[in-house]
Amino acid sequence: MTEPLLEVRDLHMHFPMKQGVLQRKTNDVKAVNGVSFTLNKGETLGIVGESGCGKSTLARTLVSLLKPTSGDILFEGESILNYNSKELHALRRNIQMVYQDPYTSLNPRMKAGDIIAAPLKAYNLTTNLKKRVLELMDLVGLKADDYNKLPHQFSGGQRQRIGIARALALNPKLLILDEPVSALDVSVQAQVINLLEDLQEELGLTYLFIAHDLSVIRHISDKVGVMYLGKMMEMSDSESLYKDARHPYTNALLSAIPLPHPGKEKKRERIVLEGELPSPANPPSGCVFHTRCPFATEFCKGNVPAFDLDEKNSSGHYVSCFYPIENK
Amino acid sequence: MLSRKRNLIPFVFLILLFVATITAEWWLPVSPSVMDSGLRLMAPSSENWFGTDHFGRDLFGQTIVAARVSLLVGFTVALLSTVLGTITGLLAGYYKRLDSIIMRIIDGMLAFPSLLLALALVAALGGSVTNIIIALTFSFWPVITRVVRSSVLQVKTIQYVEAAKTSGVKDPVILARYILPNILSPIIVQGTFIFARSILAEAALSFLGVGVEPSIPTWGNMLQESQIYITLAPWFSIFPGIFIVMTVLALNLLGDGLRDAFDPYAKGKKKARKRLFKQKKQYAS
Repeated sequence: MTEPLLEVRDLHMHFPMKQGVLQRKTNDVKAVNGVSFTLNKGETLGIVGESGCGKSTLARTLVSLLKPTSGDILFEGESILNYNSKELHALRRNIQMVYQDPYTSLNPRMKAGDIIAAPLKAYNLTTNLKKRVLELMDLVGLKADDYNKLPHQFSGGQRQRIGIARALALNPKLLILDEPVSALDVSVQAQVINLLEDLQEELGLTYLFIAHDLSVIRHISDKVGVMYLGKMMEMSDSESLYKDARHPYTNALLSAIPLPHPGKEKKRERIVLEGELPSPANPPSGCVFHTRCPFATEFCKGNVPAFDLDEKNSSGHYVSCFYPIENK
Repeated sequence: MLSRKRNLIPFVFLILLFVATITAEWWLPVSPSVMDSGLRLMAPSSENWFGTDHFGRDLFGQTIVAARVSLLVGFTVALLSTVLGTITGLLAGYYKRLDSIIMRIIDGMLAFPSLLLALALVAALGGSVTNIIIALTFSFWPVITRVVRSSVLQVKTIQYVEAAKTSGVKDPVILARYILPNILSPIIVQGTFIFARSILAEAALSFLGVGVEPSIPTWGNMLQESQIYITLAPWFSIFPGIFIVMTVLALNLLGDGLRDAFDPYAKGKKKARKRLFKQKKQYAS
């Protein structure tokens, strides 16, 4: 099971900013600026980071909606960047995506059944179409008589189930979940996450789970990556990350999770980051986090830390910092 | 939509006009083509409701029959320009590469005032119903293209289009099943307005003498013939004029009604108003 399904190597996605009558290129918005990771079969990789750090752009490059500026994406050991449209069509069967907003990701003029059937029709898998759709609806916990309903007749959680069923229709190997629960109520969040976990077990799926909620990520992920300004700050298996965060940014994020125990919650020390998130068009020099880091030195301003294995922690814990936090 | 009086009245008027004009031969008391030199330029009477023209023909019958050409031209132009405009608009809005090519052509066409363009085309092609339809379609479909293109640009950024793309749905299917159904309302509304505008344009062309041949009664032809008699027999001009105004007004009101019916915000307001009214009633009792 440890075979890599998806490998991302030094991925850059820059959007040119054009200005003036002549549309001269003035600058780049560096939405994803050098991200690497490996995702093994059957695993779940969680990606966290504040809004605007490039999580969704990363997801969109992975499903080939955007062509990355540089870097490489390997799916089952094969680079997908130079695929022609036919190969891309074949690839899309294997990588499917679930979207954040269940209100805009479903066509308001199509019936639930047709929405789920759309990918099957696109690949001419029309034998027993209705049976397959009903099977999928049952799999995600929708009733058979929901088939002819329109999206606006469903609640947010049910709509997200339709979105998941649509993504599962083609039996993909990799499912990219772009904040699938952020738009839902907390109680519904739990249902959808449990559903996702059950499906993973049942169908042997691999997930790339994007979120900004650390507790949700912890619950579902095997590995967690923390992103900041288009760069990966820290990545390790989730246990090690939550217990032993090495990067000051991860540490600050973790300190923001409210604790369920009132006594402990009172004693919880929050690390509040100073300043604003810098613009991805003009990221700070050196370590991108140095403008807000409580431990930054002059050295951090001039040098870019490598995204390296942390020597003191042998369990595959990567960190991009000159002064990682020592064990507490 | 038809439950509101403001929408029902123009709708009923147009239906009545349509039925009246296609069945005119069967029910008109006086045939509109019979000339009677003794009855020239008679004022409206119980015999000739709208009076008679300079050949002694019944004007009521003529006005009703003239609606045929107007409605035929209006409807055909509206239909053709909607179809052409939708196709070009979808392509321009969806494919970035085609956008600059199609839209520059459209901009060029829009640079001419539509009536002037139609005038020039009819002058070149010769005046007949078919040529008028061709000319007006040519000058009106760029309007639809613009509307459709801007709607497509809006809709294609919504996530369900992206979702369809990632699940392998091909472009023609995306255009037909995901984008088109979600932009139908502005197209229908704009189509209704084009209907009204082309009736007006046809009347204007006929009035200027470059429209339908004078032997066929149309509102524009009637106005053209009547202008020398305007002080002598004002009814000759007034009644076709009123019919043009009423038909165009009805179509515009219908377009407005359609726009409101398709606008989800307008609907919400109405519902909210109803709810408020209910609450007030409850408090009162």
